[in-house]
Amino acid sequence: MIESIPLSRMGRPGFDGAAISIKGAKKSFGQFEALKGLDLEVQQGEFFALLGPNGAGKTTLISLLAGLARPDAGALSVLGFDVGRDYRQARRAVGVVPQELVFDPFFTVRETLSLQSGYFGIRPDSKWIDELLENLQLRDKADSNMRALSGGMKRRVLVAQALVHRPSVLILDEPTAGVDVELRQTLWKFIRRLNEEGMTILLTTHYLEEAQTLCNRVAMMKAGQVIALDTTQNLLADHSRPSLTLSVGQGKPLPDVLIQRATSLPAGRFRLGLENFAEVEQILAACRTAGLEIKELEVGQADLEEVFVRIMKDTPR
Amino acid sequence: MRGFTTLFGKEVLRFWKVSFQTLLAPLVSTLLYMLVFAQVLDHHAEVYPGVSYREFLIPGLAMMAMLQNSFSNTSSSLIQSKLTGNIVFILLPPLSPFEIFAAYVLAAMVRGFAVGGCVWLASLIFFPHLPAHPLELVIFALLGNALSAVLGLLAGIWSEKFDQLAAFQNFIIVPLTFLAGVFYSIHSLPPLWRDISRFNPFLYMIDGFRHGFFGVSDIPPLESFLIVGGCAFALSCLSLSLLSRGWRLRS
Ligand SMILES: Nc1ncnc2c1ncn2[C@@H]1O[C@H](COP(=O)(O)OP(=O)(O)O)[C@@H](O)[C@H]1O
Ligand SMILES: [Mg+2]
Repeated sequence: MIESIPLSRMGRPGFDGAAISIKGAKKSFGQFEALKGLDLEVQQGEFFALLGPNGAGKTTLISLLAGLARPDAGALSVLGFDVGRDYRQARRAVGVVPQELVFDPFFTVRETLSLQSGYFGIRPDSKWIDELLENLQLRDKADSNMRALSGGMKRRVLVAQALVHRPSVLILDEPTAGVDVELRQTLWKFIRRLNEEGMTILLTTHYLEEAQTLCNRVAMMKAGQVIALDTTQNLLADHSRPSLTLSVGQGKPLPDVLIQRATSLPAGRFRLGLENFAEVEQILAACRTAGLEIKELEVGQADLEEVFVRIMKDTPR
Repeated sequence: MRGFTTLFGKEVLRFWKVSFQTLLAPLVSTLLYMLVFAQVLDHHAEVYPGVSYREFLIPGLAMMAMLQNSFSNTSSSLIQSKLTGNIVFILLPPLSPFEIFAAYVLAAMVRGFAVGGCVWLASLIFFPHLPAHPLELVIFALLGNALSAVLGLLAGIWSEKFDQLAAFQNFIIVPLTFLAGVFYSIHSLPPLWRDISRFNPFLYMIDGFRHGFFGVSDIPPLESFLIVGGCAFALSCLSLSLLSRGWRLRS
């Protein structure tokens, strides 16, 4: 691996505003309002997750940022460049990995990457292209035709294509859909490195544990609006609690003091939410007093999936 | 500039990689037309003094082949990219509407010229004479190719399915080329049809091109030049404005 090359051309000299700024973005398709006046800011250097159920409007928002669609109202900019008025600078600043698995069947992987460099007005940088291929584990596929690649490989070529012009902001729309576990980890290792070197990352995903481990801040969208926006830590602290899962043997009930606060799980297991970890001691004491033998015990951390489910449920459409 | 040259190169490479279909097939079918007509209609009266019917056919057929191929290049490239979704590779980079326009149109013209050039070379077998006005010939070939490449671009932008593109081609382009005097001089038509033909821009391309070939034509070449040039200019402005607005490309 060639470690010496800086991976990305970071930021915009002398500009310390938001990497992505969206103010009052509206977009309708016919009668249907896909985005209802959405505001969002992503700061430079963030690893930001945009979460939401299918149809929430994530891809539509990304299309507006990338200039693939035009907003009906609102102002969107990347590193201070308006996506409409300063479209050349704005598009040079972003790399987008589209949600759809698109490719041009006429070309090989390397040809695809050289063409994409040219479209961005730069001479294909074979060192950088090799580095991308290496990091995305595509080196032995460099001269294969795009048609001959598996879905996961095509997805990684899309990531390489988005990075070929060394953008300051990388937007990934469900990049890990259809990519196996091992390659997902390689991908995240690489993206994380880019982020550490200063690249701003905006990510949408349905794998919430990915968002939880990678992202410093999270926005949750529903029906064209942002309904929650905070640091990952705050969201976890405010909406999810650690829990204790235990089993006292098949068919045996919990003592009365515990039963009201417990959720029954399959196979005779119960889950109890915890305010703090000291409560574990009281729960165990209650079981001992009732003469119950604990067969199984597990302490679970708060997780983003629970936060997500709760926030989605609590917010009316 | 590099954005434009890359896209232009890619468009040329696209048809070159399948040149069997995009260059050889149209060449063969045009030569078959020539061969068949040359045999069957050899005794047809001279169209112009000193120009036999089969000679008359050559520039018309060459122009028709060029027009169909340049149309086909822009329109099929665009519709394929739209349907497969890889049009995003062109929409995401900072390419200007003019760069996109110029790259698609010029690449289509290269294909038109390649087919037309080969047809002309092969026709030397039947008609071993050099063109009367080579410069005029080239100007009309350029304008005609440009006009039909731009029409192809418009058709590709407009169509959302293959069916729609096929309809555009079969109900607009093919009739206009066939009724543009490829196979006959408009002077041989009844007056009403002659007047109607006057509204067909393809007529002027073919007639002007033929003037470059033989030095005789139905319409004064300057008139043809102005009409074809005017149409090409107007349609170019239209497609540039559609590209700038992102019509049917950036929803
Ligand atoms: N081109 C389009 N035409 C009509 N409706 C669309 C179009 N694109 C998106 N939508 C609608 O807008 C909503 C948001 O879609 P999308 O942004 O793709 O959601 P997400 O990416 O969050 O799953 C969906 O209800 C979808 O059906
Ligand atoms: Mg989506």
